[in-house]
Amino acid sequence: MARMTMIQAIRDGMDVAMGRDNSVVVYGEDVGYFGGVFRATQGLQEKYGKSRCFDAPISESGIVGTAIGMAANGMRPCVEIQFADYMYPAYDQITQEAARIRYRSNADFTCPIVIRMPTGGGIFGGQTHSQSPEALFTHVAGLKVVVPSNPYDAKGLLIAAIEDPDPVIFLEPKRLYNGPFDGHYERPVTGWGKHPDGEVPEGHFTVPLGQAKIKREGRDVTVLAYGTMVHVALAAAEDTGIDAEVIDLRTLLPYDLDAITASVKKTGRCVIVHEATLTSGFGAELAALVAEHCFYSLEAPIRRVAGWDTPYPHAQEWDYFPGPARVGAALTQTMEA
Amino acid sequence: MPKPLSLHVPEPEVRPGGVPDFSGVHISPAGEVGRPPVDVDPREIRDMAFSIIRVLNREGEAVGPWAGSLSDDQLTEGLRHMMLLRALDARMIIAQRQGKTSFYIQHLGEEAVSTAFRKVLNKGDMNFATYRQAGLLIADDYPLETMINQIYANSEDPLKGRQLPTLYSVREQGFFTLSGNLATQFPQAVGWAMASAIKGETNIAAGWIGDGSTAESDFHAGLVFASTFKAPVVLNVVNNQWAISTFQGIARGGVGTFAARGLGYGMPSLRVDGNDYLAVHAVGLWAAERARRNLGPTLIEYVTYRAGAHSTSDDPSAYRPKEESAAWPLGDPVIRLKAHLIVKGVWSEDRHAQLEAEMLDTVVTAQKAAESHGTLHSDNRPSVRDMFEGVYAEMPPHLRRQRQETGV
Ligand SMILES: Cc1ncc(C[n+]2csc(CCOP(=O)(O)OP(=O)(O)O)c2C)c(N)n1
Ligand SMILES: [Mg+2]
Repeated sequence: MARMTMIQAIRDGMDVAMGRDNSVVVYGEDVGYFGGVFRATQGLQEKYGKSRCFDAPISESGIVGTAIGMAANGMRPCVEIQFADYMYPAYDQITQEAARIRYRSNADFTCPIVIRMPTGGGIFGGQTHSQSPEALFTHVAGLKVVVPSNPYDAKGLLIAAIEDPDPVIFLEPKRLYNGPFDGHYERPVTGWGKHPDGEVPEGHFTVPLGQAKIKREGRDVTVLAYGTMVHVALAAAEDTGIDAEVIDLRTLLPYDLDAITASVKKTGRCVIVHEATLTSGFGAELAALVAEHCFYSLEAPIRRVAGWDTPYPHAQEWDYFPGPARVGAALTQTMEA
Repeated sequence: MPKPLSLHVPEPEVRPGGVPDFSGVHISPAGEVGRPPVDVDPREIRDMAFSIIRVLNREGEAVGPWAGSLSDDQLTEGLRHMMLLRALDARMIIAQRQGKTSFYIQHLGEEAVSTAFRKVLNKGDMNFATYRQAGLLIADDYPLETMINQIYANSEDPLKGRQLPTLYSVREQGFFTLSGNLATQFPQAVGWAMASAIKGETNIAAGWIGDGSTAESDFHAGLVFASTFKAPVVLNVVNNQWAISTFQGIARGGVGTFAARGLGYGMPSLRVDGNDYLAVHAVGLWAAERARRNLGPTLIEYVTYRAGAHSTSDDPSAYRPKEESAAWPLGDPVIRLKAHLIVKGVWSEDRHAQLEAEMLDTVVTAQKAAESHGTLHSDNRPSVRDMFEGVYAEMPPHLRRQRQETGV
């Protein structure tokens, strides 16, 4: 075991995958010599050479388009989009190409690529460094969508994603890179150094895609969360004293329906939280699933806490971010219903 | 058996620890490149995509066919604009470190490009800029205090705290709302210009993009529309050699130039010394005149150097030698214009030092005024209401409900 930040764990994940498999290549904007603006690929070019880790021209459609071509020719590209907010030029390649290569060619060609992108807010990045576009991917047949919430999962899930035979969108909550963040922005920051999930196995291991994890067992209400919101939900449970069961979905697609239904059937209540805007967010899918599968166990209406339906603001970041106060209020209201 | 293939990955000449070397950069002598008539057939000036139009020589004299577009007073004003922008940048970088704002983007070394270009435009023309052309506003006397209010996201921020610092929007002064998403503005500039033509008006547009961002599809989309419809637009590529940590060779590829990208689209494509205020102005004027005479678009590559960090989040010593900026062969735009004015006998070291102090004073005064309206983390900042407003012309019911949930 080793102590790692989430950035180190992600780098280590790529390092392990590149070390085991020559077909894994890593590229993106500023990814080569510099090692990425968040330093996720630091040292990889030096270790594996320029033809396996390099700077891409600033063309997201080019980055993903070439990754698809490489995958068709036997490689396993793991590419970086500098911020999820900049994936839109690649949206055509991701949703209309990568997602459907297998289906439309009847597996004549496949597309084992990973597209990493920092996601979410909490860094005063304004509307173009804060977005959470996961629902724009979960709505597309053929993609897998992963959002880790800690170093351990990040490394295990990333290796699993790279080894997966299909395209995986790997969303990294940037506010968690250097430490857990529970939304109490006014409190001093603590790093991953003392957090149990900052302890990461060395070498190869995987966290299988499609499996949620219970981060806090509880009897009263189920909280479905992923990424940064896992930590916010834990803080809200702590702050309110409500015995919430907090589930970290880890993989949004394919989702872990068994874990979701088992918990909601036990607690009879459900609160769903995400940073992304509310309307047509992934929370809507989760709410529908809970309604379809747990209707007769529900003792209160399902509640969603999410980003407001506005573009992500700059100055009003903490009014926008669904912090522990808003999640706590939802827990309380759900318990009172 | 054929030899196995191998991947070519371009690398800059030097990295940290190395000695800066720009000997491979071909610099045309000042005055050497000719000045064709604005209605020239683009096919006759293809070589201009590979030379560099320069006016100021080493001695500080203005030479050649592109000299003479500006009076002494205009040149002194230009110096003032560049120095004001430089002073603003220096103060805002400190303000960012002090936590008065979250982020700042500076122009160090590139001040001539946007300040000189502004002077070729008329009222009603529109710029579709990037974050590194605040000189367009400075040279049009946009109030500094308002700029700083935006940077501080305070209660007087005209953009209500919604936008990242430096991403201004000033329609009145020909400055289209800035985006953080690279290259999107390039085809938009062309569309604005096409509208001017459709409506039979006389205004033109200017599109702006960085060297790195020319790799985006939107750059090429802008070029093809501009070319096909002969849009009245000036398309500006600011080649400051770097895109964060990535040297310009990654976007440029091969051995061409950014200007040469325009050749395939059949448009006049010029390269100009971006650190030469006089050259930038003269070339901008030429292109603007072409656009106004309905002769179509021009692509201009400004050869310059990003002497500072990419942004306040960046530390360039991690990827390029510290001495590289001092070794840049085209020098510093402020020092070069100053030298020219001294050679002309209309300027002196004393007056320069005086102006420098005055510019700092002007910025500090504006800064104090802005600070009286708050800074990023102070209490007097844009409201939660401001966050909900302006998403649509009229707030739809679902958003109104969300706003009410916050109690405002
Ligand atoms: C679509 C998109 N991709 C990536 C980014 C991240 N990014 C911001 S600035 C930058 C470098 C731009 O370089 P260049 O175009 O040369 O302009 P310069 O900063 O040098 O003025 C990058 C990659 C972005 N803002 N938008
Ligand atoms: Mg650049």
